[in-house]
Amino acid sequence: MKDFSYAAPKTVKEAISVLAKVKGDGKIMCGGQSMLVLMKQNMLTPEHVVDIKGVSGLNYIRYSEKEGLRIGALATHSAIEKSPIIKKNCPVLAEMEDNLAVVQTRNWGTIGGNVCHGDPAADPPSVFIALNAKYKIMGPHGERLVAAEDFYKDYLEVDLEPDELLCEVQVPTVPANAGVAHDKLMAQKGDMGIVGAAAMVTLHPSTGACEDVRIVLTNVASTPFRARNSEKVLIGKVIDEKLLEEAGKIASEEVNPPSDVHGSEDYRRDMARVFLKRVTAKALEKAKQKK
Amino acid sequence: MKEELRDLRFTLNGREVELKVKPKTLLLELLREDLKLTGTRTGCEVSACGACTVNIDGKAARACSILAVQVHGREVVTIEGVADGEKLHPIQEAMVNHGAIECGFCTSGMVMSARALLLENRRPSREEIKKAIQGNLCADSGYMKYVEAIEMAAKAMQGK
Repeated sequence: MKDFSYAAPKTVKEAISVLAKVKGDGKIMCGGQSMLVLMKQNMLTPEHVVDIKGVSGLNYIRYSEKEGLRIGALATHSAIEKSPIIKKNCPVLAEMEDNLAVVQTRNWGTIGGNVCHGDPAADPPSVFIALNAKYKIMGPHGERLVAAEDFYKDYLEVDLEPDELLCEVQVPTVPANAGVAHDKLMAQKGDMGIVGAAAMVTLHPSTGACEDVRIVLTNVASTPFRARNSEKVLIGKVIDEKLLEEAGKIASEEVNPPSDVHGSEDYRRDMARVFLKRVTAKALEKAKQKK
Repeated sequence: MKEELRDLRFTLNGREVELKVKPKTLLLELLREDLKLTGTRTGCEVSACGACTVNIDGKAARACSILAVQVHGREVVTIEGVADGEKLHPIQEAMVNHGAIECGFCTSGMVMSARALLLENRRPSREEIKKAIQGNLCADSGYMKYVEAIEMAAKAMQGK
């Protein structure tokens, strides 16, 4: 690993001023569970590491009906997995965490670090996009909110200026008539998804037709892939197997997956179809049960 | 600015440790190379095998994937700190008695994952035990014996 200088600010304000001082040569580290793997291979060689693991006031999980769920950037994966607040108000996140890496990684890795890493194979970004979440970002000029969907620019590239810090994930309250699901293709529990999917289905309370649907696929493009054209096929209709198949086929044609030792491009395309169908059907079932 | 040494103070196996480290020093390097605590194993070094598992503030974590400076002010326990002097910890005792050992390379990591589990959950189910050691690979696939030994240890610790 290359040498770097190191700062461990104690407050958000201090962190931003350190980041501003090192002008783009700095890299924020929190749990470092993704970052250190890259640094050890010298694929990432920051001049300065700004360690925010000790920043106060960013480690929380809270919920109110009005504001929805608020998760501080420093909340660990384990904290989310075990939180009674999450289990009660957004259980899909706990289910997702159960399949995210292993205990040791979840104990040290944080949600903020995960979503800022920008790995298109990661699970949390897809679930947050399906849930229509926003990220709160602090910088020298104050705070801004960005939709999770707009945050991902390219492979490992996100909408974060060198002097900005992601502080919070804001998840709106899941409507009473909606169901959310996540699943991924894994050779072994805890693996990165060879292909993954997250979906939120909102049903019309009386007709049972699909009022709204948000479907996101992972590891099939350079960013999380929002399957908008698949969604269009489902909105306004009573979802059935035939429509799901059509939606899945559309996505399998639109995605641009990598080809590697875990799966060829063709295989991933087909799995995009399968997982879009499977996860949307699961979200649909959950929405029906809630009615 | 580079190479500057950082002050690091933490509790290691019940003792206060104070030293200076390079920011890029991994916790695993600090433990094995500087402090000569070689019970924590160097395995894959990419967060895949769990051989380097230690307990930080009572939770299982991977020493190969944590900067040493990050344990400042925290409590670290390694395999060397598990037994009470000459008296083995019930987890170690159960593993010895039950033959839960193959080549032994993954054993210290398994003990540390089991220790963290039993600190949090005194009566784990078999599923919970499996989940707790999910991140610990045994190249000899000696998992069943480990699971059974952890079950025995949990019972022994409850006085059963």
